[in-house]
Amino acid sequence: MSWVTKTFNSTLGQKLLMALTGLFLILFLVVHLAGNLQLLLPDEGESFNIYAESMASNPLIRVVSIGNFAFILIHVIYSVVLTRSNKKARPVNYAVSKASTNSTWASRNMGILGTVILLFLIIHLRGFWYEFKFGELPTAVYDGVTYKNVFAIVSEAYSNIAYVIVYVVAMGFLGFHLSHGFASAFQTLGLNHVKYSPLIQKVGAGFAIIIPALFALIPIVMYIQTL
Amino acid sequence: MNLTLKIWRQKNQSDKGGFKEYKVSDISKDMSFLEMLDVLNEQLSDKGEDPVHFDHDCREGICGMCSLHINGKPHGPLQTTTCQLHMRSFNDGETITIEPWRATAFPVMKDLVVDRSSFDRIIQAGGYVSVNTGGVPDANEIPIPKRIADEAFDAATCIGCGACVAACKNASAMLFTSAKISQLAMLPQGQVERKERAEKMIAQMDAEGFGACTNTGACSAECPKGISLTNIARMNREYFSAVVSSENV
Ligand code: HEM
Ligand code: SF4
Ligand code: FES
Repeated sequence: MSWVTKTFNSTLGQKLLMALTGLFLILFLVVHLAGNLQLLLPDEGESFNIYAESMASNPLIRVVSIGNFAFILIHVIYSVVLTRSNKKARPVNYAVSKASTNSTWASRNMGILGTVILLFLIIHLRGFWYEFKFGELPTAVYDGVTYKNVFAIVSEAYSNIAYVIVYVVAMGFLGFHLSHGFASAFQTLGLNHVKYSPLIQKVGAGFAIIIPALFALIPIVMYIQTL
Repeated sequence: MNLTLKIWRQKNQSDKGGFKEYKVSDISKDMSFLEMLDVLNEQLSDKGEDPVHFDHDCREGICGMCSLHINGKPHGPLQTTTCQLHMRSFNDGETITIEPWRATAFPVMKDLVVDRSSFDRIIQAGGYVSVNTGGVPDANEIPIPKRIADEAFDAATCIGCGACVAACKNASAMLFTSAKISQLAMLPQGQVERKERAEKMIAQMDAEGFGACTNTGACSAECPKGISLTNIARMNREYFSAVVSSENV
């Protein structure tokens, strides 16, 4: 075994991959949110449609988006690998456990939280990304240029209360995942320092509330607009 | 006080094992938890029954030999060793559930006794320093800043009890291993084998079947010596920098 494969087969190497991919996904969430908030602009989706088209045609963004899929895949694969080996390390559970007195619920249930996020991702990608790439989309014309009208399928989806509920609930799970994951990733990278760790923890706690809340706000507002 | 004890009994490593209930009465609040078990064992011996096997040695909180998962927590309700836990932490009439540490790398030998020699093998893999033979060196010959000496000493207070493994949902030995790596990595004496140590001890830790770290912090919260999570971050740095820079291909 070469030193590289040996490292990534070690528990620490696998955690390193989880932390790096997790931090990349966190960065992606910010960019994704900034783009999506344009859905709430009062221009019938003009800015959003132009933005979506420009993202899809930008070669740099295409590379990043392939990387993004790869990182989600690595994050998911290693979450399965780690969760399985962690279960194997404790095959017999305690009859009585007071784990809630020594650790947070989210930290003990990252696998469950991640699985719900994954299910949501599948629904989300099928509904929007797949439609945008391969579906029959209505078009809109701005300044004589024809654009795919993604805004139309988004607002149609968000007129369905069931869809809105799925989104809002999923964001709750994302919030819990981040409430542990954000600071945890820094600890995994070995970045634990008396000066910076308290700040990282505060930023992480804020991030875990604000980012999912803003994501959840979009379908809620768009649903209210259709009433 | 009168108590009901629900204790894990298991004849040997291959036995399936199960809980058995016992009653003890007239227990003094000033007894240690182990003394309370001694009372139970005398009762059992008098009746010709097999006493409950449990580990202990110093009964002073310094050797790390005592274990026991008591009412859902390693070493019971306080952040201390079981030998330093007293019956005043319990209520009269209470039912106390006592289980062995649960981990693949800590197989149950009998009743509440687990085999923690996996910890010894982690130490053997690299938890040592090479020293020159010859004359005794002068004390304080090598200057070490007080803050570093204190931090290394804090890490060195780990008594190898395994409560960190017992508390962790992944039965991970990261807190123990990181304390043992840290205490040497911070000192000048530990520099010679520094990279090799990190690589070998972590390889051994994985080979023993301990889980990975999810950074839940349960280990440190239950550690009788309050070993800090900063040691785990330091171990990660030691390991990552060792694998990219050592000559071990
Ligand atoms: C936008 C989506 C996601 C983000 C931003 C994210 C972020 C993170 C971060 C930052 C961590 C901490 C890494 C560490 O402790 O070093 C983490 C851990 C984890 N993630 Fe995710 N994650 C996402 C999606 C998922 C998905 C889809 C799954 C799985 C099916 C998943 C499963 C896990 C698991 C199991 C852990 C804990 C690993 C361990 O035991 O240490 N995550 N995630
Ligand atoms: S780190 Fe703490 S809990 Fe773990 S073996 Fe050392 S003293 Fe015991
Ligand atoms: S018996 Fe030595 S620490 Fe408890």
